[in-house]
Amino acid sequence: MQQLISLLVENKPGALMRVAGVLSARGYNIESLTVAKTLDPGMSSMTIVADVDPVMGPLLIKQITRLINVVQAVDLTESQSVCRELALIKVTVSPEMRPALLQEADIFRAKVVDAAPTSYTLEVTGASEKLDALIGLLHNYGQVEMIRSGAMAMARSPRSNKSNGFVEASRNTVKAVEPVKT
Amino acid sequence: MRLMSGSQILLESLMKEGVEVIFGYPGGVTLPIYDVLYDHPLRHILVRHEENASFAAEGYARSSGKVGVCLATSGPGATNLTTGLVDALMDSIPIVAITGQVPSHLIGRDAFQEADTFGITRSATKHNYLVKDINELPQIIHEAFHVASTGRPGPVLVDVTKDVLTGKAHYHPAQEMEPMPGYSVRLDPEDDEIEAAVKFLWQAERPYIYAGGGVIASEASAELAEFSEILEAPIALTVMGLGAVPWNHPNYISMLGMHGSYAANMGVTETDALVGLGVRFDDRVTGRLDAFAPHAQVLHVDIDPAEIGKNRRANVGVVGDVKHVLRRLNQRLRETKDAQGGENREARAGWMARIREWQREHPYARPYDENEIKPQFLMEKIDELSNGDAIVAVDVGQHQMWAAQYMRFNEPRLWVNSGGLGAMGFGLPAAMGAQVANPSKVVFAIVGDGGFQMALPELSTIASNGLPLKIIIMNNGTLGMVRQWQELFYNRRYSSVDMDCFPNCELLAAAYGIKGKTVDKPGGLESALREALAEPGPYLLNVKVTPEENVYPMVPSGGAVSEMILQPPKPVAVGD
Repeated sequence: MQQLISLLVENKPGALMRVAGVLSARGYNIESLTVAKTLDPGMSSMTIVADVDPVMGPLLIKQITRLINVVQAVDLTESQSVCRELALIKVTVSPEMRPALLQEADIFRAKVVDAAPTSYTLEVTGASEKLDALIGLLHNYGQVEMIRSGAMAMARSPRSNKSNGFVEASRNTVKAVEPVKT
Repeated sequence: MRLMSGSQILLESLMKEGVEVIFGYPGGVTLPIYDVLYDHPLRHILVRHEENASFAAEGYARSSGKVGVCLATSGPGATNLTTGLVDALMDSIPIVAITGQVPSHLIGRDAFQEADTFGITRSATKHNYLVKDINELPQIIHEAFHVASTGRPGPVLVDVTKDVLTGKAHYHPAQEMEPMPGYSVRLDPEDDEIEAAVKFLWQAERPYIYAGGGVIASEASAELAEFSEILEAPIALTVMGLGAVPWNHPNYISMLGMHGSYAANMGVTETDALVGLGVRFDDRVTGRLDAFAPHAQVLHVDIDPAEIGKNRRANVGVVGDVKHVLRRLNQRLRETKDAQGGENREARAGWMARIREWQREHPYARPYDENEIKPQFLMEKIDELSNGDAIVAVDVGQHQMWAAQYMRFNEPRLWVNSGGLGAMGFGLPAAMGAQVANPSKVVFAIVGDGGFQMALPELSTIASNGLPLKIIIMNNGTLGMVRQWQELFYNRRYSSVDMDCFPNCELLAAAYGIKGKTVDKPGGLESALREALAEPGPYLLNVKVTPEENVYPMVPSGGAVSEMILQPPKPVAVGD
C-alpha cells in the first residue's frame, strides 16, 4: 500500500538516515522523498511516499515519531491534503509537431523552460496522476527524458495557524485510547 | 575559566553526570582520553574485549538503575560494542557508549581503524551523536545521559573525533537541557485514559496482570503489588520483570511465556481482561499471537506510545510511566471499589481459586537423581543459598530458563539477563558490571558451558580486579537449548551442539590465580556451593549436570501458549 507520510524533522546530519532506516529495516521501499528546510531553518519538512504493509502503517508512524530528531510525523494517506509534484520533461519534437505539443502542454499548464532546435523542456506541477497523463501524451511526440521531484504534501484546513500545515498533535498528546466494548 | 582538552572536558562531563566507573578498552584514537584517565578520579575497568565492556555496562545499569558507561576506540572497538548496544536497546537498558573516531579531516578517507560508527550504530541505539566540534561536547554528553535514562530507557552512543579529544576549549559545563523539540516524555496519563482503565478493570471477571521490565525501570514494585491486591488479580512476570514483585507475594504466579509456569500460561489463556504493564507482547511471551489471550480485552500501559497496539490491539491504551499510571489507577480503584468493585466480586474470587488450583496441580517439576546433578536441582540449591537476596546474572539458554523458573527474588534488580536479544556471552561480563555496582552483594554468574567460553577472557578482568563473583558453570557438555530444539523438532539430529574439549576448571581457575572446582555428584553440590560462597575472592565452580535434560513447560515456537508441552514426549515404540 502506498503510504503518504509528512514529517517535521530537526535539520541535523543523520536525520534523514534515521527516518529512512525505519523504512528500510522493515524492507519497505521508498517511492519518493522530498526534503527541504522550513521557515524555521533548524527544521526540515519531509514528504515520503512508501510502499508499506497496510497493517503496519499506523505503527510505522509511531515508530518514526519515536526518533529523537523527528518532531512530528503525520499520515496523510487518508487525510485531506494538497499533494503536488514537479516534473521537468525534455521531449524531442519535429518542427511540424511543435505547435501541437505546445497546445497540449498548455492544457496541462506546463511551461516551456528550455527550447532547442530538436527539443523542448517543459516544467509542470500538479498531482502525480496529472504528471503521469502528460508524460504519457508526450511519448507520442518523440523521446522523453524526465525528472520528477516526488510528492510534496500539506494537510488541508490546518486547525492551527502553523504555516507548515501540521495539525496540533505532538507526541505529548498521542493517544491510543479505544472505547471499551460493553 | 580553564582551558581544557576535549578529553578532559569529556571526563569532567561524565563526572558531572554522576559517573563513577567506565568499562573500556583503549586504542589509537582514544589515547588522549586514557592519558587523562591516568591520574583521574574516574575509575576505569579494563575489560578483555569491547563487547564485554558494553555487557558490563549493562550489568551495572540493570543491577543499579544507574546509567552504565563503556568506552572503546574507533573501528573494531566500536563495532565490537554493537552487540551490547542492541542488547540494551531490546531490553530498554540505559547505557552511554563513548567511542573514539578518526580525526575529522580523515573521516571518509578510509583511515586506519575508521568505521562509520554513527551509521553502524544508528539502529543499535536509542539515539547517537557524532561530535566534530569541541564546544558541543558538554551539551551532547548531558543530552546523551538524558536520552538514555528518561522515557523508555536505552543505549546512546557518542562518537568523538580525535581532533575534538586533543583540541582545547574553555569548559562550560552543560547547565540545563537545550530544547529537544523531537523528544518529550510523557510520565502522567490523561484523565480519560485512567477513567477508561478503571471502567475496564471493574468490568473484568477474570483479570490477569502481565508485568515486565517497565515496572523495574520505573521502580513501581510497591505500586504493582498494591494494584494486584486492590484488584485481587494474579501477577505473571516476563523474564525481564522477574523480581518486580517479591517471589512470595500471594498473587504472584511466576513467569509466563515459552517456558512459563502452567498457571501463568493457563491464566493468560483464560483471562477476560489482560493488563499489560511495561511489556511489549514479545513473541516469546505470546507464542502464536492470534491464540494469545484469546478471550481477553486488553489494557496496555507503556511509556512508549509505539508499543501500544504494536503486537496486540489494545482496547484501552494508557501512555505513561508505569509508576505514575499505577499510582493514579490505585487511587481511583480504591475510590471506586465500593461502588463498582462489588459487581464481579464473586467471579473474581472464583477466578483466583482456579489460578491457585493450576498452581497446585502443575508446579515446576523437581527432578532429582542420586547419581547425577539435575540442572533444576542445581538451580534450587543456588536459590536456597542465595535466599532471595543475591544478584543472579545469567547467560542465554537452558540454564537461563531454569534459573528464571527456580530463582526466587525478594526485590527487583537482582536478576540480570539478556531477555530480548538473547546474546550468548552476556552472563559473565554482565555479572562483572553488577558486582562493580554492588560491591557488598553476593553476585552469582550462572552460565552454560557454551556462553562461558564466549566470555572466558574476562576471567582475567575478574581476577585482576578481585571481583568476588561466584561463577557457576552449568555444564551439560552441549549447547543445551539448541540441542533441545533439535531433539524435539529436528528428529534428534544433533548438529554442532557438542561442546567437547571443555577445559579442566581447577587448572583453568588456577591459571588465573583464582579458586575453582568441578562437582558432578548431587551429594557434593551444596558443600561446593558453600565453599564458593565462603571464598572472599572469585570462585569458578564447574557443575556437571545431566546432559539430556529439557526445559519444561515449553511452548513450541509458533504454537499457542495453551499448547505447552509439560514433559518429555513419550518414546514411540518401533513398529507403531
